[in-house]
Amino acid sequence: MSDLSTIRSEALEAVSAAADLTALEAARVAVLGKKGSVTGLMKTLGAMAPEQRKEFGAKVNELKGEVEAALEARKSTLGASALEARLAAEKIDVSLPTRPAREGTLHPIGQVMDELGVIFGEMGFTWADGPDIEDDWHNFTALNIPPDHPARQMQDTFYLPPRADGTPVVLRTHTSPVQARTMLSKDVQKMLAAGGSLRIIVPGRTFRIDSDATHTPMFHQVEGLVIDRTTHMGHLKGCLVDFCRAFFEVDDLPLRFRPSYFPFTEPSAEVDIGCSWKDGELKIGAGDSWLEILGSGMVHPNVIRNCGLDPAVYQGFAFGMGIDRIAMLKYGIPDLRSFFDADLRWLRHYGFSALEAVR
Amino acid sequence: MKFTLSWLKEHLDTKATLAEVRDTLTMLGLEVEGITNPAEALKGFVVGYVVEAIQHPNADRLRVCKVDTGTGTIVQVVCGAPNARAGMKGIFAPPGSYIPGTDLHLKVGKIRGEESNGMLCSSRELQLGDDHSGIIDLAPEAVIGQPAAEALGLDDAVIEIKVTPNRGDCLGVHGIARDLAAAGLGTLKLVKADAVEGGYASPIKWTHGYEAKPDSPCPIVVGRHFRGIKNGPSPDWLQRRLKAIGLRPISALVDITNLVTFDLNRPLHVFDAGKLAGDLVMRQAREGEQILALDGKTYTLDPTISVIADSKGVHGVGGIMGGEDTGVRDDTTEVFLEAAYFQPIGIAASGRKLGILSDARYRNERGIDPESCLWGAEVATRLILELCGGEASEITRSGVMPNWQRSFTLRPDRVKTLTGIDVPGADTASILGKLGFKVDGQGPWTAAVPSWRPDIVGEADLVEEVTRVWGFDKIPTTSLPRLSATSKPVRDPIQRRVPQARRALGARGMNEAVTWSFLPYKKAERFGGGQPDLRLLNSIDATLDTMRPSILPNLIEAATRNEARGLSDPALFEVGPQYKDASPTGQRTVAAGLRHNMAVPRNWAGPARTVDAFDAKADALAVLASIGAPVENMSAQAGAPDWYHPGRSGAIKLGDRVMAHFGELHPEITAAADLKGPVAAFEVFLDAPPPPKAKATKARPKLVLSAFQPVERDFAFLVDAAIEAEKIARAARNADKALIAGARVFDLYAGKGVPEGKKSIAIAVTLQPVERTLTDAEIEAVSTKIVAAVVKATGAVLRG
Repeated sequence: MSDLSTIRSEALEAVSAAADLTALEAARVAVLGKKGSVTGLMKTLGAMAPEQRKEFGAKVNELKGEVEAALEARKSTLGASALEARLAAEKIDVSLPTRPAREGTLHPIGQVMDELGVIFGEMGFTWADGPDIEDDWHNFTALNIPPDHPARQMQDTFYLPPRADGTPVVLRTHTSPVQARTMLSKDVQKMLAAGGSLRIIVPGRTFRIDSDATHTPMFHQVEGLVIDRTTHMGHLKGCLVDFCRAFFEVDDLPLRFRPSYFPFTEPSAEVDIGCSWKDGELKIGAGDSWLEILGSGMVHPNVIRNCGLDPAVYQGFAFGMGIDRIAMLKYGIPDLRSFFDADLRWLRHYGFSALEAVR
Repeated sequence: MKFTLSWLKEHLDTKATLAEVRDTLTMLGLEVEGITNPAEALKGFVVGYVVEAIQHPNADRLRVCKVDTGTGTIVQVVCGAPNARAGMKGIFAPPGSYIPGTDLHLKVGKIRGEESNGMLCSSRELQLGDDHSGIIDLAPEAVIGQPAAEALGLDDAVIEIKVTPNRGDCLGVHGIARDLAAAGLGTLKLVKADAVEGGYASPIKWTHGYEAKPDSPCPIVVGRHFRGIKNGPSPDWLQRRLKAIGLRPISALVDITNLVTFDLNRPLHVFDAGKLAGDLVMRQAREGEQILALDGKTYTLDPTISVIADSKGVHGVGGIMGGEDTGVRDDTTEVFLEAAYFQPIGIAASGRKLGILSDARYRNERGIDPESCLWGAEVATRLILELCGGEASEITRSGVMPNWQRSFTLRPDRVKTLTGIDVPGADTASILGKLGFKVDGQGPWTAAVPSWRPDIVGEADLVEEVTRVWGFDKIPTTSLPRLSATSKPVRDPIQRRVPQARRALGARGMNEAVTWSFLPYKKAERFGGGQPDLRLLNSIDATLDTMRPSILPNLIEAATRNEARGLSDPALFEVGPQYKDASPTGQRTVAAGLRHNMAVPRNWAGPARTVDAFDAKADALAVLASIGAPVENMSAQAGAPDWYHPGRSGAIKLGDRVMAHFGELHPEITAAADLKGPVAAFEVFLDAPPPPKAKATKARPKLVLSAFQPVERDFAFLVDAAIEAEKIARAARNADKALIAGARVFDLYAGKGVPEGKKSIAIAVTLQPVERTLTDAEIEAVSTKIVAAVVKATGAVLRG
């Protein structure tokens, strides 16, 4: 019996003395391996009398169980410290910078065009495009600006060589020629005849001979046009009030409609938004000042007629607004020329994330 | 257009305040651009009476004056003006005043030992004129202690309004008053313009050089001779009025013509009758005829230009400017007055051609009241006789009155249907009446347009008149009715490609720029452009004279600018137009971009690397993928325009159609742009990929997922160096379409161990079993097929 207790204490001693998993495995083999001490005791059972075997067998099994439990416990302890050691060895300096990655930006003009699209899209408008290089009929004549009209000079137009048939070619001075191109389209005329309502916005590039601190030879405009049988100036006002409040995100933004003159609208209105100046900073919203932001009016009967529609039947409104200008106002961008300079510092500062959702 | 409040009140009987006038003008469409009052700058300055002026004991040129400023105490002022004397009245500035002419604040001080408590001012010190020869010497009637602005007649607000091109009638104060009266701000006063009887027949007659008709360049001209007159400075009230709006008084006769121009929008001209030879003729200039005009410049004329001539030569450019030689002088005693009507278009064209800006041109090209030839001459006659004395002849005239009479019908509901406002019928008629229309009927109304409103050409104009006078603020605010419960996408699928491309490139770390649509001709030429029909006829300067054939030159220039500012490794893109011809279809929408120098900068975690063609290829493919183009069916091949590096560039094609170009820029171009290091650039033609088919269903094809593990096998081939990698991958992919899911090049090697002129390319082929796991024999069979296909397509040899 003393043999049993010696083996027990030796085995447990070996297990607890194992300093690592390799030593523990050696201890396991020494006790439970083919030639192990406890295995040796098992082997003696066969030679015993049944009575004795039963009694001794139970004790040996108990010992075996006890050693196995000790092995398991020791293994778990050793495993945990091995992992701990490994983790300690794998420590990094998290203050190091991440791998170089570029952060892209989108230009405010495109951002504002997207915003225009969302707001006017909500009001049932669709997007229309037209060429930057126009003939003078679409840019002027169709819009009730006949040859020799002072407005043709007023607008300081860029000219390209005339076409073979002598038609003068210009860089469009406004996005309004797309009004004519759209109204002249057979599909649109069919839609209108069927009682439909034409609602388009035309964001795009426009050109005038002008280059100083507040003018650039190229700039961006958005044209709006609504044509049907019943749209009146109240709708023009409603549409622009709704737009300006949504765009500038000022719910009670006051708007002022003043009579003005454009050859292609009658009556014509210029539109101001309320604002105030404090310490040289502009704040858009109810205030003691007005800021002109766009020109508008009811489409001139001559324009409707020039575009192949009967002004006795059809009417509607049009407006034109500077995209660069409203971008400057909304986002506090001080200088128009910088829009076109592609200075990375400017692009990064005033630009928008590609992933920023347009509301 | 500038005028003063008191001037306005000569035409408008009103109790309205300045603020009411200001707000009403703006809401009538006569936008107030500014209001200034010279009295503001003269606050605190008063009329001072010089009680005594004695020689300064220590300075020859100074006097010590005792001045009564009306406060009860007499102050001592040291004054250097030679005209300072006892008994005079001048403008006294107390200590603390700001003297605008010298930009100084006055302090009490001692001048050469004598105390000075303020100063007596000259015109220049108060910025009222150029005179600095002495202090202002007021008339004896001036009241001691009266505010200076009052004493000088300067307490009068100057209002500046913006007059739109259609409202020529408001380039005269009377027209402005008429609008205000219509808007309820008072009563319009009539202009006294009845005929002044002439005392003798005019020795100079008007004739036409052509048969005058209503649409002739100058249909009608009126004149009158004056004798025994005395020119010279005009009276104070007239000088003050002209000065207030920024005009320089010249002489009574010239000032009268300026007054009538600004008061009644009736440009006039006076000739020195003594310098004219015989009758005056209104005719078109002869080719090459010359005139020395009143601005001192000589102009060469042509037959499109109206002139006024006598038997010796040309003495005026009709409606624009008179001639120097026949202009009036201070000693002129006989004059001839001209009042004419010209076709506005002709004046605009002549004025532009000659480059003359004058108050007469400005008004005549906008269209003045043709009837004013007649009544304007009478108004001027009265003023000349009043201010210069003498005697007036009978009127002489030539030509016919243009046909300005016309009427339009205004339907009773038209104001409402066009503007949404309900204006009562009586008010509609009354507004038009006050604006000078002769209105007939109870609605519909027939409105006869007054002679001074050439801009009214239809019913819509009548609606505008009624609406703007009734008030634009009364237009209702009516949201547009919805066309459908939910809104449709604002852009169509092709238009949507622009924001898609922008977002794709922004997400790839590039910065979006917007650059000019034009560029210098030399650059256009280098990038395949510069065709004659794309060169501007009137560019601002040579750097912006040609429409861009490509966006890249502008981005290259932007990269150079950024590098020059120390902003390294720019990665810029732009989505915008480029132009291949001037037709409406010659414009394409392109997403172009470039990356300069380092793709991966120095960093602790790995190697740095410069950009190359594959960065550009990745950008181009990303754009194509973002717009939904079938990238999987496209192939990249050598062949790009010559602004790219010939060996390091290519085209991405769908069949034969080019979708994009990409590659390193030609070293010659980067060198010219002063860019060190490579530039990887791309141009994706957003309109090139075919539009998505308008399918009835948005449903995707069924997704088939295999239950069996895919198998990957690697192959290395030895091929001629010229063989394109994609050819090998494609041959492998097509070797067994049912089983092969993909083939990818993962290694490229040339050098030691590979024969000269050859390269080794390794591909990984993915086999995707569909029905059951592949046996070794089946894998072996497919492998054999792959090798055979590659060998056949490329002449490659499988490496052992």
